[in-house]
Amino acid sequence: MVAAAFSVLLILAVGSYMVNLRAAQLLRNSGERLRAVAHYHGLYGFLIVGLPILAGLLVWLLIKGEVIQWLVVRAIDPIHLTDLTTGERQLALAEIRSVAGGRIFGEPAPWILEAASHLNRFNDSVANALVPVTAGIALILAFVARRRVGTEFHAREKSERIVMLLMILCATVAVMATAGIIASLLFESIRFFTQVPLTEFLFGLRWEPQIPLREDQIAAEGAFGWIPVIVGTLLVMTVAILFAVPVGLFSAIYLNEFASRQARAVAKPVLEILAGVPTVVYGFFAVLVIAPAFRSTGSTLGIDIAPNTALAAGGVMGIMLIPFISSFADDALNAVPADLRNGALALGATRAEAMLQVLFPAALPGIAGGILLAVSRAIGETMIVVMAAGLIARLTFNPLDSVTTVTVQIVTLLIGDTSFDNPKTLAAFALGLMLFIVTLAINVYALRIVRKYREVYE
Amino acid sequence: MVADKIGHTAISDIVAANLPRRKRKQGILVILGIGAILTAFLMLFILVSSLFFSGYHAFTQTHAEIDVFVDPEVIDANKLPRGNFRELLTNALIEIFPEVESRSEKTELYRMLSHGTQFQLRDMIVSDLSVIGTTVTMKVPLSDPFDQLNKGLIDRKTPEEQRRVNNQQISQFDRLSATGVISAPFNWNLLTNPDSRFPELAGLRGALIGSFWALLICFLLSFPVGIGAAIYLEEFAPKNRISDLIEVSINNLAAVPSVVFGLLALAVFIGWFGMPRSAPFVGGMTLALMTMPTVIIAARAAMKSIPNSIREAALGVGASRQQVVFGHVLPLAMPGILTGTIIGLAQALGETAPLLLIGMNAFITSAPAGPFDSSTALPTQIFIWADSPERGFVSRTSAAILVLLGFLIAMNSLAIFLRRQFERNW
Repeated sequence: MVAAAFSVLLILAVGSYMVNLRAAQLLRNSGERLRAVAHYHGLYGFLIVGLPILAGLLVWLLIKGEVIQWLVVRAIDPIHLTDLTTGERQLALAEIRSVAGGRIFGEPAPWILEAASHLNRFNDSVANALVPVTAGIALILAFVARRRVGTEFHAREKSERIVMLLMILCATVAVMATAGIIASLLFESIRFFTQVPLTEFLFGLRWEPQIPLREDQIAAEGAFGWIPVIVGTLLVMTVAILFAVPVGLFSAIYLNEFASRQARAVAKPVLEILAGVPTVVYGFFAVLVIAPAFRSTGSTLGIDIAPNTALAAGGVMGIMLIPFISSFADDALNAVPADLRNGALALGATRAEAMLQVLFPAALPGIAGGILLAVSRAIGETMIVVMAAGLIARLTFNPLDSVTTVTVQIVTLLIGDTSFDNPKTLAAFALGLMLFIVTLAINVYALRIVRKYREVYE
Repeated sequence: MVADKIGHTAISDIVAANLPRRKRKQGILVILGIGAILTAFLMLFILVSSLFFSGYHAFTQTHAEIDVFVDPEVIDANKLPRGNFRELLTNALIEIFPEVESRSEKTELYRMLSHGTQFQLRDMIVSDLSVIGTTVTMKVPLSDPFDQLNKGLIDRKTPEEQRRVNNQQISQFDRLSATGVISAPFNWNLLTNPDSRFPELAGLRGALIGSFWALLICFLLSFPVGIGAAIYLEEFAPKNRISDLIEVSINNLAAVPSVVFGLLALAVFIGWFGMPRSAPFVGGMTLALMTMPTVIIAARAAMKSIPNSIREAALGVGASRQQVVFGHVLPLAMPGILTGTIIGLAQALGETAPLLLIGMNAFITSAPAGPFDSSTALPTQIFIWADSPERGFVSRTSAAILVLLGFLIAMNSLAIFLRRQFERNW
């Protein structure tokens, strides 16, 4: 039905274009002078019919479920619902839905059966009404648009104003997405902090999000102190950066100063390939190759190494970051004016000295900005650590231990069934908020460094 | 004069004395640089070769050709599709191994075939009832342990209790193999089957279709919206607070960790708007938010590179500003925009974390019929298989990764081709 409604809308909008186009052409052929070419009269008809109804249909799809549920609840005798708690109410509504869908288990109460039949009736009538209502409104709008066609009508200006509004709307999608991220993270985090105090979250040394599902279940109380989790994140990040920074910097220095044109032509694309490999592939690579390799090296040395060490996860993350750092460093070195390098060489410096004592220090702010961005990437990186790091939060600084990270916890807390009312689920949003704040702060700071120093040379 | 000359010699002596040391230092720097690049190359090489060597096995699947007598006493044409198809297959195997008698041995013998064989047989009989009472020759997949045995992945020298197949099974397999009925053709099932608990049956069909829908939705949303935003910001936006805010938001979106987009999708699309879980539609919307900044940045760069003389010429003959953009700037910038979009879509294809959070990691044994059906995607399928304990899934995971990398290479090659083909220096 929805597809049919969209098709009807498209057909009528195109139809409106044709009608207005034809009308304008007839007017012009009869010797009148129009304010806009006929095409714009048609375009105006198309936009007037198409846009409002498209927006209406999308909004309707979003709220349809809620509206129908509201209608069903209104149709139920209020005696059945007043005594229920929120959870029981949800359960009753879910049962109504499944009965309405034909999945009947056991003997539902008569009022549930009645409500289910109401639900089906509402659904049917709404589905049946969708196409006629769409077509009706479209025809009215098409009629309005057709009436506007005339010698005095500024069709081009009107259409361009609508198109301009559309483009502004597109541009604000990015703002709305950012606002959506902040709103959803804040909203769910505040709900979390009503159940777990903020101080316990920020300063607690234990992260054990296993909470009892039933009252009588024997389980740990659950502790939500994020210190071990953030320490694990920083540990993995440090390993990754310690691996990626030397490799990335030395390759950038070599490619920038010493490599032949051919070597550059080969090496740059290869580094770009490393950057293009999806992170889930790196994660599997860590599990398949790196972790077993560390394990067997450890056992020959007589050390027992866990299969999911911070070292393995961080090392593989470091591979992922090599191209990131090398391309940032290369850009920063290229941005240094050639005069500086030429001056150093003219004074008798070797190319290495010109690089290490002149170019590199001059490019250092840009390189530092790039490394900071890499740090932010490492903190936010998810799949590698989900597959290669541990699940248990342990407060340790030993890279041979198994640690967990913020992103691992977010994913493991939210995988599987999630309901939005227990602290376990909400904890993921609190971690997400922290992750968002930390990475945002690093990014803003890093970009400011990079931009400021670029301006110095421009 | 004399002193001058002495000083000069002294300096050149010092320089000459130091030069080898300084040259050595430069040599060290060059060696370190080459070492760093070789490290990166080596890592890429290990990555690709390990995936290839563990994955290429999954592109073939061991099959056996067996003669099955469709016994009318076992299969009743009126009761189809019900029937004991397993018994037919077991009987066919007993034909080959007549010494097998006890019940447990028969059960054991049947394990040689893939679990899905009975359904294959069922479908064959249902589609053609005339085979009842005759003997049909079937090419059936062997189960995972025997598949691995045939590919030489199981070391026959390891002690029996540590092996996945016992001595008797090995000798049975060898007898079967000696009759020449074993073959290992290309494993089309890997691409055409949906997911399954059994490695020998598991395929990527559901994941490929799910990824297709998600990418399609992602493209349909991010491409027009991204271009609209880019046109506004590049050609029309006044320099004020609001356009600054928009720019900052776009730059931030491009740097937000992908898992945060998953949280957004979970809270807003699924929690507040009540959209279905695990649906490629929701996945596509999430990916669109992540791809949009890439499209906007690429589109703005492409439009910026169009020289102003073109805009001025069009304005000069009386075009409106929108006519300039839609008639001239946008068509000229389109190759650049498409290149950026394809690269953005390639990134979206490999994105995993946000799809995990919206539940696209469910175990689903049928391909989705539309974008609102539950489904997996290619990267989440890789994640699911990587988590599966069966040995056979290791090579499946690598094979799935190779398929994913194949798509990524194809998309990036298309982008490079477009860039080469339409690149213009103004």
